[in-house]
Amino acid sequence: MTTELTFPVNEQQLQSFSKDRQEPAWFTNARLDALSKAGKLELPKPDKTKITKWNFTSFSYDAQGEATSSYKELSDAVRTLVGEEQKVENLITQKNGRSTYQAVQENLREQGVIFTDMETALKEHGDLVQKYFMKDAVSVDEHSLTAAHAALVNGGVFIYVPEGVEVKSPLQAIFAHEGSFGLFNHVLIVAEANSSLTYIENYLSEGSGEEAAANIVAEVYLEDGAKVRFGAVDNLAGAVTTYVNRRGQVNGRDAELYWALGQMNDGNTVSENTTYLHGQGSYGDTKTVSIGRGKQIQNFTTNVIHFGKDTDGQILKHGVMKEAATSIFNGISKIEKGATKANGEQTERVLMLSDKSRGDANPILLIDEDDVTAGHAASVGKIDPLQMFYLMSRGLSETEAERLIIHGFLEPVVGALPIDSVKEQLYDLIERKVY
Amino acid sequence: MTKPSLSVKDLHVSIEEKEILKGFGIDVKGGEIHAIMGPNGTGKSTLASALMGHPNYEVTSGEATFNGEDLFDMEVDERARAGLFLAMQYPSEVSGVTNADFIRSAMNADRAEDDQVSLMQFIRKIDDKMGMLEIDQSFQHRYLNEGFSGGEKKRNEILQLLMLEPKIAILDEIDSGLDIDALKVVAKGINELRSDDFGCMIITHYQRLLNYIQPDYVHVMMQGRIVKSGGPELAQKLEEQGYEWIKEELGIEDERVGQE
Ligand SMILES: Nc1ncnc2c1ncn2[C@@H]1O[C@H](COP(=O)(O)OP(=O)(O)O)[C@@H](O)[C@H]1O
Ligand SMILES: [Mg+2]
Repeated sequence: MTTELTFPVNEQQLQSFSKDRQEPAWFTNARLDALSKAGKLELPKPDKTKITKWNFTSFSYDAQGEATSSYKELSDAVRTLVGEEQKVENLITQKNGRSTYQAVQENLREQGVIFTDMETALKEHGDLVQKYFMKDAVSVDEHSLTAAHAALVNGGVFIYVPEGVEVKSPLQAIFAHEGSFGLFNHVLIVAEANSSLTYIENYLSEGSGEEAAANIVAEVYLEDGAKVRFGAVDNLAGAVTTYVNRRGQVNGRDAELYWALGQMNDGNTVSENTTYLHGQGSYGDTKTVSIGRGKQIQNFTTNVIHFGKDTDGQILKHGVMKEAATSIFNGISKIEKGATKANGEQTERVLMLSDKSRGDANPILLIDEDDVTAGHAASVGKIDPLQMFYLMSRGLSETEAERLIIHGFLEPVVGALPIDSVKEQLYDLIERKVY
Repeated sequence: MTKPSLSVKDLHVSIEEKEILKGFGIDVKGGEIHAIMGPNGTGKSTLASALMGHPNYEVTSGEATFNGEDLFDMEVDERARAGLFLAMQYPSEVSGVTNADFIRSAMNADRAEDDQVSLMQFIRKIDDKMGMLEIDQSFQHRYLNEGFSGGEKKRNEILQLLMLEPKIAILDEIDSGLDIDALKVVAKGINELRSDDFGCMIITHYQRLLNYIQPDYVHVMMQGRIVKSGGPELAQKLEEQGYEWIKEELGIEDERVGQE
């Protein structure tokens, strides 16, 4: 039996929303088509987490505020992440889907790099967006949430790096959410052959917590020899229910995609992260840290799917659960027939800080090819009382000893993150959330 | 300043309902080095662990005071901050926490907010102590005891001892697994601390460490209590003749404790 979902936006509203934003016709039509599907398709079924009663449909959808670009008007929380205006290099900030600040280095523009908000991208680079938008990495009709996403997308950024261009400074996006707004954020990244870039995104909540839903999709496309580092720190408030799906389509030979994800939302969250390794010799690396607290329920599923020969996929996920938080960590390394000499490895570890917290780590290897190597490790446990004894026997208080052990537990992931600013933000956030 | 003191009377300790210590008593004061000797399985580590407050060991009766205060009334960290130190026979490994971070946190644990050890002071001190113990620089940045060899763990315990400068230290088999050169280095570190402000209980079942650290008192432990005490000459006699003569003298058949 399927329960039909009803989204609080009808065809007319969607049409006028699209018209206000001067979107190309193909996009308006795609929205309308997706909207009709969203009500008919089923919800996704993340393994071991029941999400049928979660709030994916109750939110407001009026575009609030005009697009601006003023550093002074940014909130304190955003400015803390941005730093001083003089030091800003490549940055887009948005609040409830509308851009509040944009800066791109002139030399990148000259080299043909596009770093702009989705709204502008659809107007100015419609053909390019059309070529990739929800084509291969994520499809509209996977389930009701991907369809709803395609129908209602109202924020996000588009990044295009032409062949051979190496973007040295990170491209940063900050997505602020406020009130009951339904955030349908889409991030589309295209890295042409032998290009490289680092992209960092932050999701954060402002104001008091009203019930809301976030439906986030990121798609990354990599051609031959391209190298992309994708860092994210998700930090949405407890009242926001989040569906976030980040996927990489590693098409190119020897291309490399690195994910560094800090999954720090306070609300119920389904997070999927998938890397498709098509290109021969391509590499996918996923590192995630997560913290659960309060009564939140989260499901983190990471897939690496090997199609190409000599592909290498690495998954490393560590999570800390406190209070009555529940989290499922699924890791799936799938090696398709023909992906000879592929290597898939994964580790999931969960540390539980209380009797009421729940954690589950499920490493899965699905292998359809003989000539491969693969391995997995998983653990779910509590703090070792003997470690506590050892640390306390040197004078550390119980709290301080616990703090060190948790820090140490997350360090193999956080310390190895390939993007320094994400690393620092996470140290900070972990400090605030765990202790 | 009064000398530090650890006084233990008629201590009984159980693990998993099995009584291991059966009436142990000792007085250790600043300036004194006591060697506690005895074959394996006689309760030496149980004594050390119980005094530090190991969660698996239950004190069923007896008392211990540390500088006049009831030791068993204090939490593990309070005992440490009061100046008690245990170099463990089997120290834990803590992944992701570097030795340097850990030792610095420990040094700052009993210091006021405005009196924390600065990074420079810390580096100077740890460089000095590591030099003395002939420890490689990389040691600081390795995760706490993770993947350390037996000998490296022992040196790390002594490094912590030298960094924290406790009032009374219990060293549990700090010599096992060390070759003679390492043994000398460790002995040098401990001898450095010798003063009226420092008392020490050296637990060992070999006499050889005592060639380099001259004890003031030697106690032999069997069946969970001290069965014989003497001066340094007792250690010498044990080295030459083993433990059998004591067992015969006291009519002990099995010196071990807690056997099924
Ligand atoms: N963790 C433990 N669980 C069960 N029994 C133990 C444990 N630790 C020690 N014992 C018992 O206590 C006895 C004394 O152990 P221990 O204090 O370690 O002796 P020593 O240090 O003198 O070799 C052991 O022979 C064993 O029977
Ligand atoms: Mg022992």
